[in-house]
Amino acid sequence: MTRARQYFNRHTKTAPLAVFRILFGSLMVISLIRFWVHGWIEDLYINPKFHFHYYGFEFVEVPGQWTYLLFVLCGISALGIALGYKYRVSAILFFLSFTYIELMDKTTYLNHYYFISVVAFTLIWLPSHVFYSVDAKRDPTLTAEFIPQWNIDILKLLLAIVYIYAGAAKLNADWLLNAMPLAIWLPSKFDIPLLGSLMHERWVHYFFSWAGAIYDLTIVGFLLYRRTRIFAFTLVVIFHILTRVLFPIGMFPYIMICSTLIFFSPGFHERLLNYLGILIKVPLSIFQNGKLHYTLSTSFGRIGRPVLIALVVIQVLFPWRYLLYPGNLFWTEQGYRFSWRVMLVEKTGYANFKIVNGETGRRFYVQNEDFLTAFQQKQMATQVDFIIEYAHYLGNHFTSQGHEHVEVYVESFASLNGRPTQAYIDPEIDLMKVKDSWVHKTYILPLNE
Amino acid sequence: MTRYITGILFIASLFIFSCSDSDGPEIQENEPFDRSQMLSSWADHFIIPGFESYAGELDELVSAKDAFIANPDVVSLNSLKSAWLDAYKSWQKVSMFDIGKAEEIGLRNFTNIYPADTDLINENITSGNFNLALPSNFDAQGFPALDYLLYGLSPDDSEIVTMLSQTNHAQYLDALIERLRTLGNEILNDWKGNYRDQFIQNDGSSATASVDKLVNDFLFYYEKYLRAGKIGIPAGVFSGGPISNSVEAPYSGIFSKDLFNIAFQSVQDFFNGRGYNGISGNSLDDYLKFTSNVNGTRDIASEIQSQWKSAEAKIEVLLPNFRDQVEQDNIKMLEAYDELQKAVVLLKVEMMQALNIRVDFVDADGD
Repeated sequence: MTRARQYFNRHTKTAPLAVFRILFGSLMVISLIRFWVHGWIEDLYINPKFHFHYYGFEFVEVPGQWTYLLFVLCGISALGIALGYKYRVSAILFFLSFTYIELMDKTTYLNHYYFISVVAFTLIWLPSHVFYSVDAKRDPTLTAEFIPQWNIDILKLLLAIVYIYAGAAKLNADWLLNAMPLAIWLPSKFDIPLLGSLMHERWVHYFFSWAGAIYDLTIVGFLLYRRTRIFAFTLVVIFHILTRVLFPIGMFPYIMICSTLIFFSPGFHERLLNYLGILIKVPLSIFQNGKLHYTLSTSFGRIGRPVLIALVVIQVLFPWRYLLYPGNLFWTEQGYRFSWRVMLVEKTGYANFKIVNGETGRRFYVQNEDFLTAFQQKQMATQVDFIIEYAHYLGNHFTSQGHEHVEVYVESFASLNGRPTQAYIDPEIDLMKVKDSWVHKTYILPLNE
Repeated sequence: MTRYITGILFIASLFIFSCSDSDGPEIQENEPFDRSQMLSSWADHFIIPGFESYAGELDELVSAKDAFIANPDVVSLNSLKSAWLDAYKSWQKVSMFDIGKAEEIGLRNFTNIYPADTDLINENITSGNFNLALPSNFDAQGFPALDYLLYGLSPDDSEIVTMLSQTNHAQYLDALIERLRTLGNEILNDWKGNYRDQFIQNDGSSATASVDKLVNDFLFYYEKYLRAGKIGIPAGVFSGGPISNSVEAPYSGIFSKDLFNIAFQSVQDFFNGRGYNGISGNSLDDYLKFTSNVNGTRDIASEIQSQWKSAEAKIEVLLPNFRDQVEQDNIKMLEAYDELQKAVVLLKVEMMQALNIRVDFVDADGD
């Protein structure tokens, strides 16, 4: 206990947290603008007639044209984070608006969006604005050159969880023994510069698979240790740029590259801020007041510590919930999300829904494109919770159209990591009679290896 | 140290900007599967000769139409009918190539949306005031509208001749056929101009690269227009009961199976790389064999081919007029549909996975 107390009393410079805040906020602004410019607000949220909800968040709806306002709000609050302007309000608004956007349709689920929500939530409770921020400049009493060490360490810990869990998830037969799914993905990248001609070589698939797993598992160790830090950071840059070149993963590589700077020393971050200070004519020295920000001196800080400890505990435990379910995780996807399983699975599927009148046996098939976008169809066909929600939507839709005794069945097929196509959901189950829940879904047909 | 790190980031960003969106041609010397060669084969042995022959048939159709309008009688009507059928058949071979100009102008929507809206057609004829470029007139033009005009106005040919000789009818007939030719030529000229090279040079792996786009078009055509449009919808797969007047060319009656067979054969020829004039080249079957060698997945090409053979067997027994078929024995029609459907699973699930081509057209991020 005393060692814990000692740890929580340790302090360090605020500079790394300030740099993290500035980079994170700026990248978020860029991400949101990029999202808007690509037309994804319409394509992914406004245009689809139907949206897939997260379990427990069925109340979250796309607010029509107001969605643009939601993105504006999100962007302004991200800017507020970057500037450290009205920081707490900005951080709270950013977390809420960004998370709301993500909850609007789980078709777009990505681990890195989840990562952003986790970091945004964490930032609410951290005093990132007490150094090199608009808030601190306007209110010198807020300024603090030093903060508790754990305020920085928690970000390192969250990053460590991402990397190590992503690495652990790669320790499976498909990845290590068959180089799957990279063996499917890489050959189609024949057109990248320099490496293109190697992409169809079998050994390259294995090399990338094993190197990726080793990288994920060990990189945090090398970043923590001062003497290997530069080497490790070089690897971080190479690794994430390769992933950027090979796969369409948007802003994620930049977010990870910038985030790992948190492992560098306070001196490094002060130099960065010094350069920035020269550039924007706000000298770093006006914030260097030698004061320590006592997290526990504010009510925010007092609540913050237990809240963040709880967050870390959840982060550590939640990804293991898949162990409670039988079957191949990649096939059933029960307990798959929110666990840093990135780029592990190539799964394509096809789901054909049959609407049956339970009395007369009269039946017809649904044309999915009447209800779903191509992207939604693709995500729906391989994930059981999507299939159930969509089946209920179809059942209710056709009932409201005057069809009677509506039963909904699905003939679905999927192929996982290059295995031959096989039936996915039991075609004899009336999906109107099942509900999504945390309980194991017995109607997922077992994967034939 | 700071300088070192800024250095790394600088070099990294240069690298990213220099190679992001590199859709241009990057010819690799030891390129194992030559996608641009496959693209030239598609352009030179399928698409361009296909549109050439289609445009040629449309020229014939225009002459037959002119002859009919100049001298309307049963003989000239019959030669107009046969020119219509020839053009309709050659359309079946190019409908799937919904890329470039065809995609831009929405060729298929103006050419073969059926069932035709006969009320709208009659309204257009009566008013004499219509704009065929409007989406609201999709189902009042093209081959289905001609099917109605040439066969559906009356059971009696001489009656049809009389009706089509009236100014407004003749004007509409003329407008429909001229429009088909204008659109057909527009596509052909674009292919013969710059588009062929543009198409072949776009040989990258992005969602907008030619291979990815045309494979998506191919799949979409197979699923929506061949499987659903020609067989599934008339058989009532999506409605619970057969809809006999939604077959292709219902007024002429006897051609729906012919048209289907040509379309289906074209789909298989394209997949197998059997081009016009018997010229073969690399196509999807070879590409699939290549990827199966590279990553050890099974050879799906032969499975797709044999599934299509089973479908052909089920189609062979159908009546020449699908309308009679769904009215007399819809079970056989449904059986044919089922076999076509099984191939959708193979194409959409395994082929797309093996070739690593994304089915969705939204270019969203992954992780």
